[in-house]
Amino acid sequence: MFYYSIKRLLMLIPVLLGMTLIVFAIIHAIPGNPALTILGTKATPEAIHSLNRSLGLDNPWYVQYFSYLKDILSGNLGTSIQTHAPIASEIWPHLAATIELSFIAMIIAVFVGINAGIISAWKQNSFLDYTAMILALIGVSMPVFWLGLLEQWGFSIKLQWLPSIGRDDIRNGVDPITNLYLIDTLLRGRLDQFWMVIRHLILPAIALATIPTAIIARMTRSSMLEVLKSDYIRTAKAKGQRMVWIVYKYALKNAFIPILTVIGLQTGLLLGGAILTETIFGWPGVGLYIYNAIQYRDYPVIQSGILIIAFIFVMVNFIVDLLYGLFDPRIKYR
Amino acid sequence: MSQTSQATADPTVIEDKSSFIIAISEFWKSYRKNKPAIVGTIIVLFFILLAIFANFIAPQGINDQNIANRLQPPSPAHWFGTDDFGRDIFSRILFGARLSLRVGFLSVIGSIIVGTLLGVLAGYFGKALDVVISRVFDILLAFPSILLSIAIVAILGPSLNNALVAIAIVNVPVFGRLVRSRVLTVKEEEYVMAARSIGMGDMRIIFHHVLPNSIAPIIVQGTLNIATAILDAAGLGFLGMGAQAPLPEWGKMLSDSREYIQNAPWTVLFPGLAIVLVVVGFNLIGDGLRDALDPRMKN
Amino acid sequence: MSEPLLQVENLKKYYPINGGKFGSVSETVRAVDGVSFTVNEGETLGIVGESGCGKSTTGRMIMRLIEPTEGKIIFQNRNIMELTKREMRKARKDIQMIFQDPFASLNPRHTVGHIIEEPMIVHHMGDKRQRQKRVEELLELVGLSSYHAKRYPHQFSGGQRQRIGIARALAVRPKVIIADEPVSALDVSVQSQVLNLLKDLQKKFNLTFIFIAHDLSVVRHISDRVGVMYLGKVVELSESENLYNDPKHPYTKALLSAVPIPDPDIKTERIILEGDVPSPAHPPAGCAFHDRCPVAMDICSIEQPHLKTLDDGRLVSCHLYN
Repeated sequence: MFYYSIKRLLMLIPVLLGMTLIVFAIIHAIPGNPALTILGTKATPEAIHSLNRSLGLDNPWYVQYFSYLKDILSGNLGTSIQTHAPIASEIWPHLAATIELSFIAMIIAVFVGINAGIISAWKQNSFLDYTAMILALIGVSMPVFWLGLLEQWGFSIKLQWLPSIGRDDIRNGVDPITNLYLIDTLLRGRLDQFWMVIRHLILPAIALATIPTAIIARMTRSSMLEVLKSDYIRTAKAKGQRMVWIVYKYALKNAFIPILTVIGLQTGLLLGGAILTETIFGWPGVGLYIYNAIQYRDYPVIQSGILIIAFIFVMVNFIVDLLYGLFDPRIKYR
Repeated sequence: MSQTSQATADPTVIEDKSSFIIAISEFWKSYRKNKPAIVGTIIVLFFILLAIFANFIAPQGINDQNIANRLQPPSPAHWFGTDDFGRDIFSRILFGARLSLRVGFLSVIGSIIVGTLLGVLAGYFGKALDVVISRVFDILLAFPSILLSIAIVAILGPSLNNALVAIAIVNVPVFGRLVRSRVLTVKEEEYVMAARSIGMGDMRIIFHHVLPNSIAPIIVQGTLNIATAILDAAGLGFLGMGAQAPLPEWGKMLSDSREYIQNAPWTVLFPGLAIVLVVVGFNLIGDGLRDALDPRMKN
Repeated sequence: MSEPLLQVENLKKYYPINGGKFGSVSETVRAVDGVSFTVNEGETLGIVGESGCGKSTTGRMIMRLIEPTEGKIIFQNRNIMELTKREMRKARKDIQMIFQDPFASLNPRHTVGHIIEEPMIVHHMGDKRQRQKRVEELLELVGLSSYHAKRYPHQFSGGQRQRIGIARALAVRPKVIIADEPVSALDVSVQSQVLNLLKDLQKKFNLTFIFIAHDLSVVRHISDRVGVMYLGKVVELSESENLYNDPKHPYTKALLSAVPIPDPDIKTERIILEGDVPSPAHPPAGCAFHDRCPVAMDICSIEQPHLKTLDDGRLVSCHLYN
């Protein structure tokens, strides 16, 4: 197990290097003069020159790449063209916002998806099953941003039940500690604000959770159908155990590994969906940070934002891989 | 030879018929029974027809502006209402079908061609080439797909065609890995060993023996990927990284009209519905093809 | 005796096992470990051994379907090992193969006619019409009918499929045919039909056969000479007549005693071998067979025996015959 972890860790290195190379290319593979592209056609020669120097664009690309790598390793993610602030310090609040949103969305997806899948399989071919599967089909076919807009229209504009923008009310802002607002409000003992944060989370989290929920529901259903046909379920039934009991006991027993897999795979979808969801709901996460950077052609921010998210995705999958080994006795590593 | 008569009288030999037709009709028989797949086929055919005949069906051109008539709700004159420039949304959606279907089909065809090529190189020739190609796939798959598309579009510059290219690149490893694993399986089949034993060259083995036995899963995955490609293109359009104004791309239409959602929700409703319908269609077909062609891929 | 058509010298195939913590090579499996023999034109050489003894690997190495680690293969005075990939492909026209599994060795998506025609396409023989005519001839030659050409392999029985495999091998008029357990997947009743067919074809076209099998009874009818392999090595090689009437090596004796004899009055003593075939990754020291040998001596566990030519011309690798 120890050697397996080391081996996996070593295998990460080329992937991470490749990632940085691609992200590095965002600035350096732009045809023409990158500084001109970044600054726009009205830029003064001095501005171009100084940007060229600050980005190190005078050197050959491999020199630039290595200094870029060195910067990243020392925690320097570059400077935002828009705000002139170092990205590394600017990005953490955004990252925390994205992590909070994705985490809640993942919980919704796992809970709803697994239960819908189990019930669908258990009541196979019933009205309930058909409804759930049609919803799941629409869920995987749904553009996240459209769902978000519909939610805003229905629940914020028409019904006025929930806020549609941001993480908190402007006049009742959360005083950040960790920047994970659910935790911060509790730490400060502000239950009213905790409730406010939850109300802000609901709509974007549901939008973001839609696709993973649908995928998890479909996966759970088909694997449950197989389990329900197996001999040990028939034996349990023959022994006269109650069906609800059987289904949930065996389902959950067998569900952990698929849940892990799904979490690993869906993290990518979630983080990717976050950029669209955050744009719609004005959620100040990395997605919105990147989106604003795109509008402003703030290439260093686009670079670092994408790199951070890809890095998180890779690390989640790495951890999921290791967890397999801990939780599934059938998987043995040498 | 004494066995001749026995061989011809063998009862297991069924009536002589062109087996290709048998295979097709067998596929059709199982596909036809799959009602959702038929629904999906009808939806997609419907949109393809709309796209082809958009010129004849659309009551207005995509850029016929009429500011006096802006943000009108659906009416007999404008089935889906009008947008902020007074353009007929129904007409724009019809022409938008062309853009979305084009992106879906072309990007997937591109991914399949490049992915198959790389997958065959990696799986068939193996060794160092395999290591390099597989690592590149790993790296590309380490990005959430929409972010990698954004990165590529950031390099190429925002436009619908560049979005198409970006989506194609992002999906290359999906097909690359699929083909590689099929090639690795088929390569071990004894009939491939037999093909080598008669002195057949690698190219002929790949094109006559390995690829034909990998086509079914490629078609299934390809259909499902058209669905995600259309979604991704719309997402990029929405973010301003895809189609640019005044193209009637559905995602772009959504982002242009989101500020009018309060007073003119139809401007947001119909483009989104169009996306969902087409994507549902392709997903249904993909699932149906999987059941009919390749039962093992069911999970 | 005629000139040797094919000569195999000291053929070896070692496989590394990646067992180390970081993928290092920790040991090697000696699948084939120094096999030598000759095959004369028009004769049949049987190669017999239990599964895993390296007989199939040997057969495939002769065609370089598996690259040998070491050794020489001389065919018509040319060392096949020195041919380039392209030359090798051409050389395969003269050496063809019949495979064990008649279900797996025919591409399920191709018609029988195409399967038989393909070798001719590859070697640019004739035009389309000529090739199709030859396909029909071949089908009838192997006891099928010309109209079978339009059908697919799954429409045939195992025996019929093996006939298709034989027709494919014959298509390019080869000199040598390597038959890798061609009947072991077939019903016993069909086995003898296919064996008879191969014998007929050999007479008709003066073919040379290398016939690989896992039991001696199948090889008996068809072979002129028989080589017995154990753990990647030839332990005995001689004329069929001699080998079957008077086996020398204890392993051959054991194998022969397992062959059922149709006459119930003849009582033979069955030699039951103890234990399993050792792993080729860890062959026993000395003679590889010594730990299962009923007549093993002290020297057997220390010194490896070598193939020796006995007075009657047969080769045996055993310390009993020093």
